[in-house]
Amino acid sequence: MTETLDERGLSCPQPVLDTLKALPLVKGGKLSVLVDTEAARENVARAAESRGWKLASVDEKDGDYTLHLVKG
Amino acid sequence: MKNHLSTRWGIIAVGAVIGLLAALLQKLGNPPNMGICVACFERDIAGALGLHRADVVQYLRPEIMGFVLGSLGAALLAKDFRPRTGSAPVIRFALGFFAMIGALIFLGCPWRALLRLAGGDWNALFGLLGLTAGVFIGTLFLRGGYNLGPARKAPKFVGLAMPLLMLGLLVLAFYNPPVAGEAKSGVIFYSVKGPGAMYAPLFISLAIGLLVGGLAQRSRFCTMGALRDLILFKQMHLFSGLIALVVVAFLANLAFGQFKPGFTGQPVAHSLGIWNFMGMVLAGLAFALAGGCPGRQLFLSGEGDGDAAIFVLGMIVGAAFAHNFGMASSPAGVGPNGILGLGVGLGVCLAIGFFGTLKKA
Repeated sequence: MTETLDERGLSCPQPVLDTLKALPLVKGGKLSVLVDTEAARENVARAAESRGWKLASVDEKDGDYTLHLVKG
Repeated sequence: MKNHLSTRWGIIAVGAVIGLLAALLQKLGNPPNMGICVACFERDIAGALGLHRADVVQYLRPEIMGFVLGSLGAALLAKDFRPRTGSAPVIRFALGFFAMIGALIFLGCPWRALLRLAGGDWNALFGLLGLTAGVFIGTLFLRGGYNLGPARKAPKFVGLAMPLLMLGLLVLAFYNPPVAGEAKSGVIFYSVKGPGAMYAPLFISLAIGLLVGGLAQRSRFCTMGALRDLILFKQMHLFSGLIALVVVAFLANLAFGQFKPGFTGQPVAHSLGIWNFMGMVLAGLAFALAGGCPGRQLFLSGEGDGDAAIFVLGMIVGAAFAHNFGMASSPAGVGPNGILGLGVGLGVCLAIGFFGTLKKA
C-alpha cells in the first residue's frame, strides 16, 4: 500500500518539510504526496530528488497534483 | 507545459535580470542603493496615502503595483492563479507589521540589503548577517512543527482583491501625478525632497515592476527562502538566484558608476552595526514565520494568495506606525522608539513561533 501525504492548503516550506521527514520512514519504497500549487509540486519533486528518490509520475485533478515518488 | 523559470538556470537568470533592472532603476532616478526595496517602497506608498506624514518618504511606487499585477498576469497565463486564503490571516498581519518595523530599523528589506552590498555599502553585511540569524531562529520553529494551518481554496474575486487594490493605486497615481515643488497633488502626498522625491519615470518603474513580477512568480524567487532552504535542507536552488542578483547588480553598478564602497556616509543608511543586525533579525524571523520575503509575499498575492495579501497590508500599516511612533531609522541613526519597537516585535514574533508550534495552542 502506498503511503500518502496530504499537503493541500499548506504553504511553503511545509510540503517539503513533511516530505523530507516522511521519506526515511516510508516502508515499501513508495510515497504519494498531494499538493495544490505548482510551486509545491516543483519543490517537493526537487526535494525528493535531492534525497535520491525519483518522481515516477504526477496526476493532476481539479488543480491538485499527486506526486508519485519511488525510492531511487 | 514545463516551467523553465523554476529550474536552476531559470532562477539564476531571473536573479541576474532583477539585479540588472534594479541597478538600472537607480540609474534612472530611484534612490541610491535602492533600485528596488519592497519595504521602503511600501513605506513610501503609506506616506503618499497620508498614513504617515514623514515628508521625505512619500511616493506611490509603481514597482510595487507592478510586482503584484505582473505576477497576476504570469499566473493567469500559466494557469497558476489559485485563489486561496484562511491560514491565520490576523497573525500574518502582525508578522507583516513587525517585519516592516525590523526592516525600517536597518533601512531596507532583504532585496535592498543585497543591493546595498552590491553598491558597496558594507553596513549591509550586518543586515544580511542579522537576516540569516532571524531566518535561522525561524527554522528552529519550523523544525519543531510550527505551522499556521492550511489555507482553503477561495472564489476568484477573493484572489483578485489585492491585484485590484494595486490597480486602484495605479489609477490614483495616474490621476494625481506629482507636480514639481508641490507637496500634494489632489489627495496624494508627494515628497519634494529626500528619497521620496527620487524616482525613475513612472512608466519605466511600472514596466520593470511588471516584468519582475512575472519572472519572480514563475521562478518562485524568494530571498528569505534562499537562506531558509540552505539552513534547513542544505539546498542551494533559491540561493543561486540570490547570488546571481548580487553579482549582476554589482557589475551593473560598476558600469553605471554606482559602486561606492565604505561604511560611512552611505546613502539612506546608518552605520550602527548592532541595530542593522538586530533590525534584520526581527525582519528575518517574521519573514520565515510568514513563509516568504516581502517580494515573495507580493508575488503570492498576485497569484491569488489572500494570506500573503494580508501580510503585505500588515507591512504597509507597520510602516505607518514606524514613522508615526518614531521607530524608523534615518541616516542619523535609529529612531527614538526604534529599540522599543524592536523589543516588542521580537517578543511578538517569538510568541507566534512558540504558540504556532504547540500542538494545542
